[in-house]
Amino acid sequence: MAGAAETARKAERDDIRKRWLLSAPALLIIFFAAAGPLAIVVVYSFLEPGSYGDVRWTFSTDAWVSVILQRDIFDETLSIADAHVAIFWRSVLLSLATTVFAFLFGFPTAYFIATRPERTRALWLFLITIPFWTNLLIRTFAIQEVIRNEGLLNVALMKLGLISAPIQIIYTDTAIMIGMLYVYLPLMVLPLYASMEKLDFRLVEAGYDLYATRFQVLRRIILPMVKPGIVAGSILVFIPSLGAYVTPRILGGGRNLMLGNLIELQFGQGRNWPLGASLSITLLVIVMAALLIYIRYAGTGGRNHG
Amino acid sequence: MHWKLTATAAGLAMLASSGLANAAGELNIYNWGNYTSPEMIKKFEEAFDVKVTLTDYDSNDTALAKVRQGGHGFDIVVPSASVIPIWIREDLLLETNPNQMENFKNVAERWKDVPFDPGRKYTVPWQWGTVGLSVNTADYKGDINTSAIFLDPPAELEGKINVIPEMADVMHLAITYMGGEPCTADKAILKQVRDKLLEAKPKWISMNYGNIEAMTKRDFLATVNWNGASLRMREQDPNIKYGYPKEGYPIWMDNVAVLKDAKNVENAKLFMNFIMDPQNAAMISDFAKYANGIDGSEEFMPASMADAPEIVVPEELQAAGTFALTCPEEARNLYTAIWTELQK
Repeated sequence: MAGAAETARKAERDDIRKRWLLSAPALLIIFFAAAGPLAIVVVYSFLEPGSYGDVRWTFSTDAWVSVILQRDIFDETLSIADAHVAIFWRSVLLSLATTVFAFLFGFPTAYFIATRPERTRALWLFLITIPFWTNLLIRTFAIQEVIRNEGLLNVALMKLGLISAPIQIIYTDTAIMIGMLYVYLPLMVLPLYASMEKLDFRLVEAGYDLYATRFQVLRRIILPMVKPGIVAGSILVFIPSLGAYVTPRILGGGRNLMLGNLIELQFGQGRNWPLGASLSITLLVIVMAALLIYIRYAGTGGRNHG
Repeated sequence: MHWKLTATAAGLAMLASSGLANAAGELNIYNWGNYTSPEMIKKFEEAFDVKVTLTDYDSNDTALAKVRQGGHGFDIVVPSASVIPIWIREDLLLETNPNQMENFKNVAERWKDVPFDPGRKYTVPWQWGTVGLSVNTADYKGDINTSAIFLDPPAELEGKINVIPEMADVMHLAITYMGGEPCTADKAILKQVRDKLLEAKPKWISMNYGNIEAMTKRDFLATVNWNGASLRMREQDPNIKYGYPKEGYPIWMDNVAVLKDAKNVENAKLFMNFIMDPQNAAMISDFAKYANGIDGSEEFMPASMADAPEIVVPEELQAAGTFALTCPEEARNLYTAIWTELQK
């Protein structure tokens, strides 16, 4: 009896070992490509800045303190780092606005595609994905050409006599938002479309048969059924917006920073790598919080349809 | 001197060099973007049968950080005078003794022995210039030889001013504007400087590099700028003039140095000697529009450059210029703090 149990245990051990070996490549990649570099970022955030960039290997929590607190340069008093808070707040607000507008533009687009005859849908989807063929930088420069003072939009409006002087759009927060909206809109349309494609339009007809108004049909039937698509699309737009770097840099003019630019500043001229590292981790935490909210929402109610 | 996002020049240089794919030697140059004459590179490649590869950077900090990490594969770097002592102290540069090279005799007397590289043991001049203000005089008729353009902006320019995000230069302008000495660590002055910068910032539109196009397309009407960039603007729009702040402005020089871990040392030395030849130095200047510090190069430059107001400093404003050196760490830490507060 003892022998049989021994054999069974051995088989189990072999099995476990085989599983570990088989998953080793994946684990190695996760360690070296994800967890490892991240660990370096965490370690750096607890060091002192070197004089010309890089770090001094002395333990310090200064970087973390200065994420939220600032020491006045002249009277050495501590206060809330209103500048950092302002940048965090601007980043979150702009990303939220981008998400909302992406939804407002993306929803009708996705609805339009989902209600086309089946054989033309592929073409419409294809059109949505065309911008992805071009590099993000190029698309951002294209937007710059549209909204700059002597750009397409202002020149057209002036020719039409609607305005007499160019509207200042470029180098404002609005410009950053327009840029992000343009770049991330397909990320909203695609998941929305995926949800809508599965939508049973007989339910919509049934709603009308039961004397529901158009608005009621939208609110009580369509929206609840495409909710997983809305949540997925919003997350896909919100997260990259939060960390956007190129768009605010080119369209925002570098005067009003977003989080990505603030982090870059610390690794460049700011010569404060530990602060850059701790700001990066703070960004990571915000993104994680957003994802947790997503999981909670997507986990309830969405399951039946998504 | 510093144009991010303009890889055009690098692209051209690479195109120019692609014909020499089988060249005997190699040379990897790490330089500021939009700063290296493709014709000059081509001439060097043909003369010495060397394939040159050009890589861009956008600030002294970027260059220093990248080279210090190692594994960069560059042979030549072109740091500003203000940071050369750091490069030497960090043991990153090779002592190539350009002062013994054949063409060193062409270096202008003023640049032969310099405080940032005593006796020129490591570096040779690339280009030098000033930091001042480019103003579109179609929109503003007042005095442009003052830092008030960006620190106490006139109403015509308000909301249309760009400031280059170059800490040392902007601090130099602001400190001298408030009556201080460059590199001062005097907190009383610096407090005024900070308050002035914070007060002025809402009247700026952006803090950007790469402003030639933005000025000619009228996104900005004024910008803190390098003189050569200003000359390139004037070539496209004659109304864009260059002002030398009478309160004080920095003079800078970028210098060619060979890296200690360079793989193509001999080619790099050939290049150093090559650019001290007046004809070749003129090609460098003709492209980027800065003076080069090589005597006799003027003859090979177009006449429009020899007497350009961006290059020839007016007599009465010469004294206001100070050569920019590395500030002591105490002062620099204060500047960084002010700068971070400004950029937030």
